[in-house]
This record gives sequence, C-alpha cells and structure tokens, in this order.
Amino acid sequence: MAVATQTRIGRLFEAAKADGRKAFIAYLTGGDPNLERTASLMLALERGGADLIELGVPFSDPIADGPVIQRASDRALRGGATLSGLLETVRRVRRESEVPILLFSYMNPLLRYGFEKLAADASAAGIDGVLMTDLCVEEAEEPVRSLRDRGLDTVFLAAPTSSERRLRLVAEHSSGFVYLVSRTGVTGERQSLSTAAAPLANKMRQITSLPLAIGFGISTPDQVQEVANIADGVVVGSALVKSIEKNMESGDLPAELQRFTHWLSAPLRER
Amino acid sequence: MSVTSVPDTLGHFGPYGGRFVPEILMCPLEELERAYLKAREDPSFQKDLEELLTQYAGRPTPLYHAKRLSEMLGGAQIWLKREDLLHTGAHKINNCLGQILVARRMGKTRIIAETGAGQHGVASATVCALFGMECVVYMGEEDMRRQRLNVFRMRLLGAKVVPVDAGSKTLKDAVSEAMRDWVTNVETTHYLLGSALGAHPYPMMVRDFQKVIGDEARAQSLQRIGRLPDAIFACVGGGSNAIGIFYPFLNDASVRLIGVEAGGRSPRLGDHAARLSGGSPGVLQGAMSYLLQDDEGQVGLTHSISAGLDYALIGPEHAWLHDKRRAEYVPVSDAEALEGAKMLARTEGIIPALESSHAIAEAVRRAPAENGAVYVVNVSGRGDKDIDIYRENMPEMDS
Repeated sequence: MAVATQTRIGRLFEAAKADGRKAFIAYLTGGDPNLERTASLMLALERGGADLIELGVPFSDPIADGPVIQRASDRALRGGATLSGLLETVRRVRRESEVPILLFSYMNPLLRYGFEKLAADASAAGIDGVLMTDLCVEEAEEPVRSLRDRGLDTVFLAAPTSSERRLRLVAEHSSGFVYLVSRTGVTGERQSLSTAAAPLANKMRQITSLPLAIGFGISTPDQVQEVANIADGVVVGSALVKSIEKNMESGDLPAELQRFTHWLSAPLRER
Repeated sequence: MSVTSVPDTLGHFGPYGGRFVPEILMCPLEELERAYLKAREDPSFQKDLEELLTQYAGRPTPLYHAKRLSEMLGGAQIWLKREDLLHTGAHKINNCLGQILVARRMGKTRIIAETGAGQHGVASATVCALFGMECVVYMGEEDMRRQRLNVFRMRLLGAKVVPVDAGSKTLKDAVSEAMRDWVTNVETTHYLLGSALGAHPYPMMVRDFQKVIGDEARAQSLQRIGRLPDAIFACVGGGSNAIGIFYPFLNDASVRLIGVEAGGRSPRLGDHAARLSGGSPGVLQGAMSYLLQDDEGQVGLTHSISAGLDYALIGPEHAWLHDKRRAEYVPVSDAEALEGAKMLARTEGIIPALESSHAIAEAVRRAPAENGAVYVVNVSGRGDKDIDIYRENMPEMDS
C-alpha cells in the first residue's frame, strides 16, 4: 500500500524533492478562535511559507495534546466549530489556494460523521488526506478503505517506541507521507529535540520510500533547521497555535500569524 | 461467538474494545499484555497474589444474608457480597494488587492512576506504599471537592494527588491527564488503570483481577444457599466490580445479570451517566463502546451523585453483554440511590458507598415482586467516603 499518491500532498513532496527543498507543515486547530476566522488564518499560514496545512478537528477529550492545543480545542468548541463547518471552510480556502490540506483529528468526531460520508465530503471540499491521532493500523482497515476509495491520503504516526514490526505496518498503511513523532509525550514546545528522532527517521528510511515528516515540540527556526536535516517535512503545531492565542485580540491576527510563520520557516527557504 | 470467548487477541469484545491510542502507546500496551499473560500463567505470580488477597486485603469477603431487608421488602431474599469489608473499603484493591505485581515484574518504578470517587486512588496509593513505589494520582477538581476524605487518605499514604481542572473536572478528565503523563513517562511508569476501561489489555486484565468476586460469590451461593442466585445486581461506572461478579456466572443461563448505571437527575444529556440507554457506539480514551456524545461526536458531560459512576463510556465488555442480551442494564436516579443507602443502613447496619447504593436501590425496587427468588447484590464499597454527600442530602438528620 506504500504508494506515492497523486493528491496535492504527493505532488508537494515530489516537487520539493526535485528542488532539493524541505516542506514546512503548519498545524492549526480548525475553528480557533471561531470558524469565520479559520479560512483567513489558513491563507495567512500559506502566505507565511506553509507548504502543507494540518487542519485540526477540535475534540472534547484530546488525550495526546498538551495545554496549548487543549485550550485551542476548547475555544473552537465553545465557538461552535463543527466538522461540517470545517469542510465548508476548506471549500472557501480552495477558491483561492491550492495548498495541500491534511485533516488532523481524533477518531470519534470522524466515526460519528461516518467514514464513507466523510471521504466523499472531504474529497469534494478539497481535502487531500486524513490523519487520526488515536487510530492505529490494527483498527484502520475500514477508514483507510473508505478514504483511499475517494483518492484521499491516509497518514499514520510512527513513534520512537514503535517496534520494527509496527514501523512496517505504519508505512504500509500510510500514503502521501509518514508522520514521525520526535519524542514521547504530548504536543507542545520543548527546549531541545529528542535524540530519538534521528534514529527513528533512519529506521523508517530503510522501510519505506515515502516522504517523512517530523513533528512534536518544534518551535524555533533553529529546530526547524535541525529537523530539516533529517526529514522531508517539518511540522510546527503548538508554537503557531500559541501565536494565534497570543494575538487573538490584535487588529490584524492573520498578518501576525503570517509574520511568525515566515520567521519559523525561513531556514527552509534560505538554502 | 460465545460470551466468554472474549476478548480476541486485539482486545475486541465483538465490535467493542480494541486499542484506540496514540502510536506512542501501542508498543507499551503490547509489552504490558505480554507481561500480564506471562504472569497469569505463572504459578508463583498467582501464589503471591493470592497471599496478598487473603493476608493483606482480607479475602474472601462474606456473602451475607440481609434478612431484615428481605423481610421488610417481603419478596426476594437478598444476599450481599461484602466487598465493602476489604482493606481500603472497596473492591478496587483486588485489581491494584494484581497490577502492582505485574508492574514490578516489568521493572517499572513509578505508578500513575486516575480516580473518580477516590477509592481506586486510595487503593493505588496503598499498594504503592506496600511496595515502596512512587505514586501519582490524577483527580478532577470537582471530585476532589466532593471526596475530600479520600484525597487526604491518599496523601497520608504518601501519594501525590494532582488536581485536574480540564473539562468537567471529573473522572474522564483525570483519565486524559493520566494518559498524557503515560505517553510522556512510559519507560519508567505503569499506568494503573482502575476500571474495566481503556485500551486492550486493560479491560481483560482488570476483569481477570476482579473475577475473584464472582468466583467466591458462586461457590458461596452453592454452599450457603444450595443453589445459584436468580439475579445479580452491580453498579456500573467503568464496570469493574460488575464484570468481576458477572463473569463467573456468564455460562449460568438461569442467573440474570443486572448492571445499574447512574440515572442522575434526569434523562437529558448532561444530567446522567446511563450510557446504554442514552449513548451510542463511540471511541473514548482507548476503547470503542457505548458513549454519551452529541451529534458532532463530542463527548457529553455526565452527572451522577456518585463520582465513581460519573463517566461517559461504559466498559467494552458490558457493551458486548448488552448487545448479546446476556446482561441487562438499567438506570437508577440520584434520589433512588440515596433511598437505597438509607434503607440498607436502617435495616442491616451497613452504610454503602453511593455507587453501590445504585445496585441496592434496583434490587429493592424488584424484590417485592419476586417472592422466593434469590438476589445477590455486590456491595462494592463502603460509605464512609460519602458521609459529606449523605449529610448534604439528608438535612433532616443533620440539625
């Protein structure tokens, strides 16, 4: 199943590889602080240098997230964010942008929506792939089939604790790219990146030719550079969400977010 | 599929259970499963556990004939399985002793746990003190407020109690926080999950450590009454005391199994924790089961007067027994549970935990119509921890 697919995600990594460039992947929680502002924030991320956007679906019980994304989920839910609302937001973004979009969610909101219906609606809206934080390959057969049938990529996580057997399963079930978790723990910024990331990337390279993105704990341009040396894509999440939180009352939140994204992603442009 | 041939190797009870966790936890869960299965087959492990259960925890617990209560109701004969008499005051110690032995065999040095009513937190703190291990207990701030006595007991036993102020500040939020700790410290830490919930192997392992309740109750029924009971009643939060007493009776078709959920103050979403009458299949904190949720798949708020039943997901084996119609699940309201507690206190001199009061109330409701029947009610815990709540709700006695 490990195939380079022809979604915007697959094309992004092919083009980046041809140019000798690494992809900057930006996460934001959909609907934070409200649905109306999400489209403009996604476009700001793209203008700031994001090559791919992970659009988070807020969930009431985000067990894998640290305080920053917990608060964002909470704001989004209180602001009335829904999955249908996020799909509508993606349709609006698609009128102006071809940036690859990965839907990033916990299992239950998507299960409730129904995977067949989600695959159809997400694909129609212009989403390119789906990642579920708490869905491991053992339980993934039906969701993967539904999503792939509609041409969507399925991205799975690999962790420093994953055995070689599990790394193979993760690669087999993934398309577009594989997401490597840099260290144990929840999402959130860290001073130093775990030394676990490099060995994990090396092991994964032996197993698959899919592009590898690394995330969790990356919050400075130096860290972006450090991770770009070993991966094809660098994911920044909590740092961006924190910037949104900090500038929520600012007159021009999108411009602030764009500036911050530009600063973080600078090392990937200056090569 | 027979009702006792579950779970399968991936932890499925029919369509329920499984493992829905971040990939970081998958290998640790596989490792825990291997360690547990190896221990289960090891006679020296079983011997150590049995020694602790009898000499430390106080097993076996009595099966007590509640004659005055039965007489007052004038129908079924009610027998009580007295888990409230165990060390620490509830059935939770059965599972904690089993898991701490597994954790030691795995070389873990730190134990984390979640707690709702505080009974599992106290039992965890107790076994950690007994084995000299570091213990961190996550507890919702709302639960800390309503179960203050247990918070102090945990601290006296040397555990660190971490308040959780997310969400509804109850059991569900404590579980999330414990899982976040576990993904961060998984190499040194064992997560001592207290109910038949979460990702495989927890629902199976916790059931196995609790089925001693049903094994004893079955043998005691045959010996004392000369036959099996007609019905067994147990309260169901996650459902560990219930699955513990039900499991050894699953193949006894004549024995009705009745799980009692928290009906709270009304059947509206947010006012109760009756997952099998008000919920639908969903995934929360590692397992697929019946879940209280809204149309968007967001987990519903729950309410119960008893912190231990106040949880949005029912243990996956109960979902399976419900679908297979091998067990029946009914809600009992806050007010009915309080009445049940008062009746047991007045007729038998036993003050039950609020959780157990739900099971008692359902037995009390049905008993008058079943003359000649034999009921066994699992009194899963004692009521000392709930005295403040009983006082608040029975102002006529507190002047």
